[in-house]
Amino acid sequence: MNLLPDFRFLRPTSLDDAVAALAEAPGCRPLAGGTDLLPNLRRGLGEPGALVDLGAVPGMDLIAVEGEQLVLGATARLEDVAASEQVRGRWPVLAEAAATVAGPTHRAAATVGGNLCQDTRCIFYNQSEWWRESNDWCLKHKGAVCHVVPKSDRCYAVYAGDLAPALMVLRAEVEIVGAGGSRRLPIAGLYHEEGRGYLTLAPGEILARVLVPAPAQGTRAGYAKNRVRDAVDFPLAGVAVALRREGDALAGLDVALTGVASAPLMVPGLEGLLGSPWNDQAAKAVGEAVRKGCNAVKSTLAPPKYRRRVASASAVRLAARLWEAYS
Amino acid sequence: MPRAVLELTVNGRPRQDLVAENMLLLDYLRDVAGLSGTKRGCDGGECGACTVLVDGRPRLSCSTLAHQVAGKRIETIESQMRAGRLSPLQQAFHDKLGTQCGFCTPGMIMAAEGLLRRDPNPSRDSIRTALAGNLCRCTGYVKIVEAVEAAAEPEGTSA
Repeated sequence: MNLLPDFRFLRPTSLDDAVAALAEAPGCRPLAGGTDLLPNLRRGLGEPGALVDLGAVPGMDLIAVEGEQLVLGATARLEDVAASEQVRGRWPVLAEAAATVAGPTHRAAATVGGNLCQDTRCIFYNQSEWWRESNDWCLKHKGAVCHVVPKSDRCYAVYAGDLAPALMVLRAEVEIVGAGGSRRLPIAGLYHEEGRGYLTLAPGEILARVLVPAPAQGTRAGYAKNRVRDAVDFPLAGVAVALRREGDALAGLDVALTGVASAPLMVPGLEGLLGSPWNDQAAKAVGEAVRKGCNAVKSTLAPPKYRRRVASASAVRLAARLWEAYS
Repeated sequence: MPRAVLELTVNGRPRQDLVAENMLLLDYLRDVAGLSGTKRGCDGGECGACTVLVDGRPRLSCSTLAHQVAGKRIETIESQMRAGRLSPLQQAFHDKLGTQCGFCTPGMIMAAEGLLRRDPNPSRDSIRTALAGNLCRCTGYVKIVEAVEAAAEPEGTSA
């Protein structure tokens, strides 16, 4: 028995060949670890004419420090990112986030690029084909109505990758390669806050590398993931915080969220706290900014109010812990 | 469906098969190689029953295409038994009652095998972490963790 749709399996041995393969077969998809894409295809979510396996492209699984920056190839495995001494030493939030993804067996196959580009999720989307059909499909796939927000013309499926918020507070960039050459953009630019077209990649483009600058001297960062079980589950609300303390004042504070909107989001409006100490007032302001920054609706099993509150509380606790770690 | 030649090593033996390009590693192992010890559980990467080793690392064969692992070394539960004798892990699962219905056991043992090769003397926490992606619906996990601990003990030290 094979429930996968028919597709060609292409295995290019260079990035140029991979880009060419994607350009030649419209509707085909790049494949890395397969832990997100293949289960979705088995549920009838997509019928690509071909899969372009990036696993044989040499050097694409690179994890290296070049100059002051960390370079992660798109097919670097999450298990290797989490275990890398270099990553753990200078970018520990990234190792921490990678170690929380799914279960250990997933992390042995799943990749950086796959995690960043993983499909958005929804209780009306990640279901079997007969379930979705009996529900008249949904806006994200085959249907005309978003069952989460029926009056809306957009999809509210949730982005639930764990690496993106960590990379956002680290101010990382992604390098995207396509037929027309390569381009670099800040990681936030990879996403649209819309559940269907959640990636800004053009057809035929491949996310090739992630470039992470050295954090500003003295920055501490962490990632807090809330989920039903401590393994396998996607985040109901994930929060990355990067904080820099100078004496008794905040010199830097970035907060990014996942699992609470159709894209990973930076929390805006925290600049006003810089120069002041971390105290109850700052905690309240961060909590409120995070709560407002969430665009959580009823697309997961946990209610949106819970996800907003837990994101808010996680951000405040994490920031407090990072602040205290200086003393 | 187009087929292509797949070359890989399964349980130490090189193989060459004509395999559909969209075939899962799980289906290849069970239906082409005839190794039905690897189980089809949730079929969506959530239960770990289909865990096999690919180049020594545990991997979910239900979420992997056969052609993705071309040229690699695959090990399934059938590789555990040597010359008619249970492997230390299999014996420990038997002795410590780590198995009830047995459906999750091949995946549990292969995930544990991957751990013990990396870390021959794992802590209880390491064992629990390594098996975090493997679900058992019968025993709970206490006996399974005890079995892996027993298998990890150097020979002669077990009670």
